[in-house]
Amino acid sequence: MLALLAADQLPPVGPATGAASAAWVLVALPALGALVLFLGGTRTDRFGHVVGVATVLGSFVYGVVLFVQALALPGEERVRDLPLYEWFGSGSLSVEFGLRLDPLSLTFVLLITGVGSLIHIYSVGYMSHDEHRRKFFAMLNLFVASMLILVLGNGFLTLYLGWEGVGLASYLLIGFYVARPLAASAAKKAFLMNRVGDVGLALAIFILFQQLGTTQYTEVFARAGEMSTGTLTAVTLLLLLGACGKSGQFPLQAWLPDAMEGPTPVSALIHAATMVTAGVYLVARTHPLYDLAPTGQLAVTIVGAVTLLIGAIVGCAYDDIKKVLAYSTVSQIGYMMLAVGLGPIGYAAGLAHLLAHGFFKAGLFLGAGSVMHGMADETDMRRFGGLWRHLPITFGTFTLGYLALIGFPFLSGFYSKDAIIEASLGGSLTRGWLLGGAALLGAGLTAFYMTRLMLMTFFGAERWRELTPRRAPWDPQAESEARPQAPEAGHGTRSDQGSTPIGELDHSAPHGYHPHESPSVMTVPMILLAVGSAGAGAFLVIGERLGGWLEPAVGPVGEVSDAVIPTGLVPGIASVLMVLGAGIAYLSVGRKPVPVERPARVSWPVRAARADLYANAINEGLVARPGLWLSRALVYLDNRGVDGAVNGTAALLGGASGRARRTQTGFVRSYALTMLGGSLVLVAALLAVTLP
Amino acid sequence: MSPTNYLLLSAVLFAIGTVGVLVRRNAIVVFMCVELMLNAVNLSLVTFARLNGSLDGQVMAFFVMVVAAAEVVVGLSIIMSIFRARRTASVDDANLLKY
Amino acid sequence: MTTSTGEAVAFWILGPVALAGGLGMVFSRNAVHSALWLVLTMLSLGGLYMVQSAPFLGFTQIIVYTGAIMMLFIFVLMMVGRDASDSVVEVLRGQRVSAAILGIGFAALLLGAVANSVVVPLAVGPAPGSNVGNLGLLIYQRYLLAFELTSALIITGALGAMVYTFAGRAKAKVITQRERVTARLLGPPEKYGSRSGPGVFATGDSVATPALLPDGSVAPESLSSIIEATARERLGHATELAHAGDAHDQHARDHEPHHEAGHEAGHEARHEQSEIQGSQA
Repeated sequence: MLALLAADQLPPVGPATGAASAAWVLVALPALGALVLFLGGTRTDRFGHVVGVATVLGSFVYGVVLFVQALALPGEERVRDLPLYEWFGSGSLSVEFGLRLDPLSLTFVLLITGVGSLIHIYSVGYMSHDEHRRKFFAMLNLFVASMLILVLGNGFLTLYLGWEGVGLASYLLIGFYVARPLAASAAKKAFLMNRVGDVGLALAIFILFQQLGTTQYTEVFARAGEMSTGTLTAVTLLLLLGACGKSGQFPLQAWLPDAMEGPTPVSALIHAATMVTAGVYLVARTHPLYDLAPTGQLAVTIVGAVTLLIGAIVGCAYDDIKKVLAYSTVSQIGYMMLAVGLGPIGYAAGLAHLLAHGFFKAGLFLGAGSVMHGMADETDMRRFGGLWRHLPITFGTFTLGYLALIGFPFLSGFYSKDAIIEASLGGSLTRGWLLGGAALLGAGLTAFYMTRLMLMTFFGAERWRELTPRRAPWDPQAESEARPQAPEAGHGTRSDQGSTPIGELDHSAPHGYHPHESPSVMTVPMILLAVGSAGAGAFLVIGERLGGWLEPAVGPVGEVSDAVIPTGLVPGIASVLMVLGAGIAYLSVGRKPVPVERPARVSWPVRAARADLYANAINEGLVARPGLWLSRALVYLDNRGVDGAVNGTAALLGGASGRARRTQTGFVRSYALTMLGGSLVLVAALLAVTLP
Repeated sequence: MSPTNYLLLSAVLFAIGTVGVLVRRNAIVVFMCVELMLNAVNLSLVTFARLNGSLDGQVMAFFVMVVAAAEVVVGLSIIMSIFRARRTASVDDANLLKY
Repeated sequence: MTTSTGEAVAFWILGPVALAGGLGMVFSRNAVHSALWLVLTMLSLGGLYMVQSAPFLGFTQIIVYTGAIMMLFIFVLMMVGRDASDSVVEVLRGQRVSAAILGIGFAALLLGAVANSVVVPLAVGPAPGSNVGNLGLLIYQRYLLAFELTSALIITGALGAMVYTFAGRAKAKVITQRERVTARLLGPPEKYGSRSGPGVFATGDSVATPALLPDGSVAPESLSSIIEATARERLGHATELAHAGDAHDQHARDHEPHHEAGHEAGHEARHEQSEIQGSQA
């Protein structure tokens, strides 16, 4: 009933006018930047970062203009369509390339360009020593352009274009340190697992076109009711598969932690704040379809709940600061998926959490990058400790992000996460308990692993004092260790974040780690993001600001009905769980010295968590090995069966011809004999016919 | 005696010529065997002309003779040039056109 | 219709003879014998033609076939393969047996066909007028075109025989003496003069360079009395040195100028040659 109402309440789509009529500039600016930097080659090395930052900043400013313009419009006129040109047409298929400007896409535009600008600025400092910085900015611009196409497109094919574009940019950026085998294989893994999801998305689009003959949002959503429930369920499940691939959701979550091999700004922008939320965007964008397919919604909530628990559990066991944050991302996106799967009551909550998460997780990643920057690119938290004294600004911003993430009262996470928990408690008794319980449990686990991370990194003994920086095993320069360094070695020509060149190492190795605060070009974005982390949640959720803003796009926020726990109690319970998780973390990590070496003898839950809850093993066993077997069997079949039949026929004919060839002896008399035989037969036949 | 006997003789001579073509290796002898076959056919042509009471058969035999003369001239010169090139007149030695 | 007794007699005499001739031709190993056996067959056949009221063909058979064509055969046999009698060994496996079986089968088929056919001769006697006259009328009237075509065929055959006879006898290019001289002068300079003979140690092949004997001394015979280009005093010097231990190289070096003189001679020759060419032009 509710679903049907939602479908009927689709907002009217008006034309884009005024400042919005040039909305393509949003996409064109970063695309132009990428084009210039890619094609310009080394000529643009000197000012490449300026181009990169300027284009994204320009997009952001224009996005703000559009946002303000949209705010001035009455609610029902906020959904606007800007057709640009006919992309391609063939028969009954006519695909229009256009932009859809509505509160949902504008929200994402602000997030992408805003956080993107900050991270671009941060990257100027972070990548300052990298000789490929220009290429890095070209790829980042490509990513921003693709992501904007993804969220702004007014049809599924446009979305797909952006979808693949961000996939490509993600692949390129994860594998940015091309000399590092781990990075290369992580990029490949991300690409392949994304393909699985992309196939789902593509199939969903095919079904939509086959059923409705169009792929434009407006028409698809208006005529969604024409499809049968089964078709709708199939479409929504396939869309969910796509979302899982892009957002690192169960069962395709394994690529996201590995993606941390990329530079840290990439982890912050792509693999925390924006691209991985594309799945959430997809579900929210296609909510008219999901509202008609309860099974699809249920699948989304289950995926979200399972993922948030997996991410939180695995996050507790890792020692690598970026991996913990990555699993935290997986877990938080699980929250968002859970929220958008709940239907109208969850869209605003999920998107609010998405925005808040974009702020605090980007801030946390940038903080982690800053820590690594000061700690010779070390990521192992067991080699940190007591850093708060040495990295005060980083510590401050990181703490704000941390508190926001675990849902400390009156910070972002508190509001956004509690809204999700409240929404998930609704529905039937079992469903409410299961989903709400998972969300609450996840909140406690989040507090645990984040507190553990804080304690191991910033508090406790300064374990790094007794240690010397390690060289990563993949370091291509490791072999040439004996080579004496040029005089400028002391300045450090950092070629990438993980690879500290020999010169710097040789310079610092006798003295150990030298934690130092990052330059202001890096700290200022962190501070801005920290402010966002602190205030975004309250700003968005209190008074349902975001809900009201998004109403034209995703429908009105519903009331939670039949909550298994009174919604008024949720903040309290969540806070208690948070304190409980943090307390356990303090008791288990903060009160005793942290061993530098990872303990080998651990209980089975820790072992399982360290092995990513066997996600890779499951993938390997369920998909990779059977795939290999299947391929081998098919290759065998092809070689022996198909080729065998073909080659066998050929060999048979060849052999027979070889035999027949032998009759051509070249002796005229043999031929004459054959002729005589033929004549004999002819005459005999003639006589047999004519004679009575 | 029936004139059929001529035809029988002709048939036997033709068969002898055929066998000769098949078993002899000297190209000139093979050629002579071919001539024998032609002559056998000529005999039957003449016999048919007589049986029909017209001279057309004899004209045919005449033409056969003329053509045979031309054929002998060219055939023998071919044999001669082969012999000059390969120093042999055996038909078995000219077996290059094979598998 | 039956034939006259005389004809029957003639047939029973000539027929077996023709048959024997054919068999003899096939079975005799000597090619000349084969040809003679074939002559016998053809003569008998000519007789049979005459018996069957075809005197023109009979005589043509005897004169043209037996006289001319078989003569040609024997002529070629004498040139080519008189002594090339066939070997007894059959190269092709089963050829003889197969040929015999097939031949007998073929003969049996033909004989059966002829024996089974019902011969109903038209009751027409020989046409009025002579056989030759009637044949001539037929050939020059009804079969005129075919007859003319046979003449073309015979001419073509004669031409073909000539082509085959002269094939492969292309005239080899004759190199004249002047061409040889020109080629030699255009070639490398070492070829202008003649080579030194064996056993002579020479650093150059110019006439002006004296030859050396195996002990290194100048061979007096190689000193020209006409050409004064050879520095007598140098030669004398060389002759004295020739008996010294390591004089060979010295000697050779001393004679380098002579070597160059040889080259100059070559240049002169070249001038000469260009003059020749000029005069030719």
